[in-house]
Amino acid sequence: MSAPTLSPSKATRPRHGHAGPTRPNSAREEFLRTLRRNISAHGFLIGAVLCFSFFSWYPMVREFILAFQKTENGKTTWAGWSNLSYVVNDPAFWQAWRNTLLFSALALVFGFAIPFVVAVVLNEFRHGQGYLRLLVYLPVMLPPVASVLLFKYFYDPGYGLFNRILEIFHLPAQQWLQDTDTAMLSVVIAATWMNMGGATLIYLAALQGIPGELYEAAELDGAGLLRKIWHVTIPQTRLILSLLLLMQIIATMQVFTEPFLLTNGAGPEGSTTTVVYLIYQYAFNFNNYGSAAALGLVLLVVLAGFSAVYVRLSRNSED
Amino acid sequence: MASNTLVSRPGSDARKAGRRRAQRPADLGRQRTLISPAQLGRTRGKAVYWIVFALVILLFTVAFLGPLYWMVTGGLKATQEVVQSPPTAFPSSIHTENYSRAWTVMDLSRLLFNTLYYAFGALAFQLVFDVAAAYSLSKLRPVFGKVILGMMLATLMIPATVLVVPQYLTVLDVPIFQRNLLNSPWVIWLPSVTNAFNIFLLKRFFDSIPRELLDAAAIDGASPLRTLRSVVLPISRPILGVVSIFAVVGVWKDFLWPMLTLPDPSKQTLNVGIYSLASGVPENVLIAALTIASIPTLLIFLLFQRNIMSGLTAGGLKG
Repeated sequence: MSAPTLSPSKATRPRHGHAGPTRPNSAREEFLRTLRRNISAHGFLIGAVLCFSFFSWYPMVREFILAFQKTENGKTTWAGWSNLSYVVNDPAFWQAWRNTLLFSALALVFGFAIPFVVAVVLNEFRHGQGYLRLLVYLPVMLPPVASVLLFKYFYDPGYGLFNRILEIFHLPAQQWLQDTDTAMLSVVIAATWMNMGGATLIYLAALQGIPGELYEAAELDGAGLLRKIWHVTIPQTRLILSLLLLMQIIATMQVFTEPFLLTNGAGPEGSTTTVVYLIYQYAFNFNNYGSAAALGLVLLVVLAGFSAVYVRLSRNSED
Repeated sequence: MASNTLVSRPGSDARKAGRRRAQRPADLGRQRTLISPAQLGRTRGKAVYWIVFALVILLFTVAFLGPLYWMVTGGLKATQEVVQSPPTAFPSSIHTENYSRAWTVMDLSRLLFNTLYYAFGALAFQLVFDVAAAYSLSKLRPVFGKVILGMMLATLMIPATVLVVPQYLTVLDVPIFQRNLLNSPWVIWLPSVTNAFNIFLLKRFFDSIPRELLDAAAIDGASPLRTLRSVVLPISRPILGVVSIFAVVGVWKDFLWPMLTLPDPSKQTLNVGIYSLASGVPENVLIAALTIASIPTLLIFLLFQRNIMSGLTAGGLKG
């Protein structure tokens, strides 16, 4: 790279149309320089590009192909839409979607609203903010197996801590993970505890960006606490609120680890079977990769809409 | 842009705060928030503030530190005491041998070593390949650079769980190389490079490095590699720190992928190993194992909390 820049031709480099007698020579030089620059630039890229090719781009293409293929006795044949119709007609399909939507809805109520309220309250404190921030983010750093097995232990109907707490408040004991009615709720509570730290900190950062004058102006207009939140706090953080909402929808609809570890995936009468768990089951319990891929495509189509809105919004935020 | 200002906030805030504190000692140098300082200054306001503050501190400590306390002390309880009802708050007798039993019975040293090996290997691969790619895309600008970046970012749009099945089939028999990566560390290391978000974060940081600095290095005869090493990397320490922490924590927290690709018990990670052995050991030994598994990431968090939190807000807004 250094040699060409120091060569004498640099000084008289023909700039766009300044054709001189040296033109063919320096055009070749220019070309060589571009070539050399590109070779080194692509050299820097090659490692990542290879990894992406093998472990991201190729699997992406393969997902589409798999969804329309069938493998039986080691022989792969074209299956057309049969995987898709098999998946849709499986009674587990609708149950898994119902469960997943229930999880997403509950997780949004807990995982979206609670962090926001927590962030608004924390932001008012003049003391101890560092400590509180540390606390909410602590569970995010735990290995999931630790938090999940710990919660499994808390949920135990016999010696679990949660029933003991209910007892103190004279509330009836629950079966938690063993009851079809409460199983999903229990999973959501554990998942919220594990993951709410990230959202809380992002909200806090957003709240700290609100200019204080807006609150002062609202007060002059006679706004109370709730109206200040409604007319200042929420509009001022709207973009981040909507980005996080989309992010959470996309993330919660892919939930796998928490129900898998807490209820072995299915739960009582399949009450915690999620779409991703069903994909997992097709692929790794039944060796039915075609159906797994077909269900994956359904999930992809559903989530693509949310992703598109997300990308749109975050691009707007950049301008 | 928004995230840059957020990341740089702590420093500038402190400066501003210092100035303001000198003027208005009552305000403790904070930005004006939802509740007005005048309201807080009144006796009633002060009382409400301190009551809410005390409640929140108490609630948060119980909710987020409580389970950790339960985990550490649960590991110290005797076998009967862990499963007795009602549960005890303090262990009636201390059984430190649970920890040593967990260490040997669950072969935690092996699992811990494996996890460290995978995590730091993944970190090395990500630092080399992702930094090189981001540098190339940001500063060397090769032909098709924009296309390649776009294709990398497109992977963020595909739900990660959808790709698990085709990715698994790919590592079973990597095309061209015809290698089976199951049970080898490559199965963790190489896919970890396909982290489009890290590349995006790094590229944005490199974009903010002034062109003149690199031109100066080029005039001094530095090759692109030399420029990267002696100019770009030293400036980029903060972002490299953030990316590194997330790389390590990412491997530490992953569950589904290592469970699928590392079936050999001697090759497993902490998450998978503890999960698969969980039902075979007494509760107190299991809880002790969970404590041991949690210590490394908690230590990382306590040491690097500042970087983690700033990286989180930088990432969260751009997600």
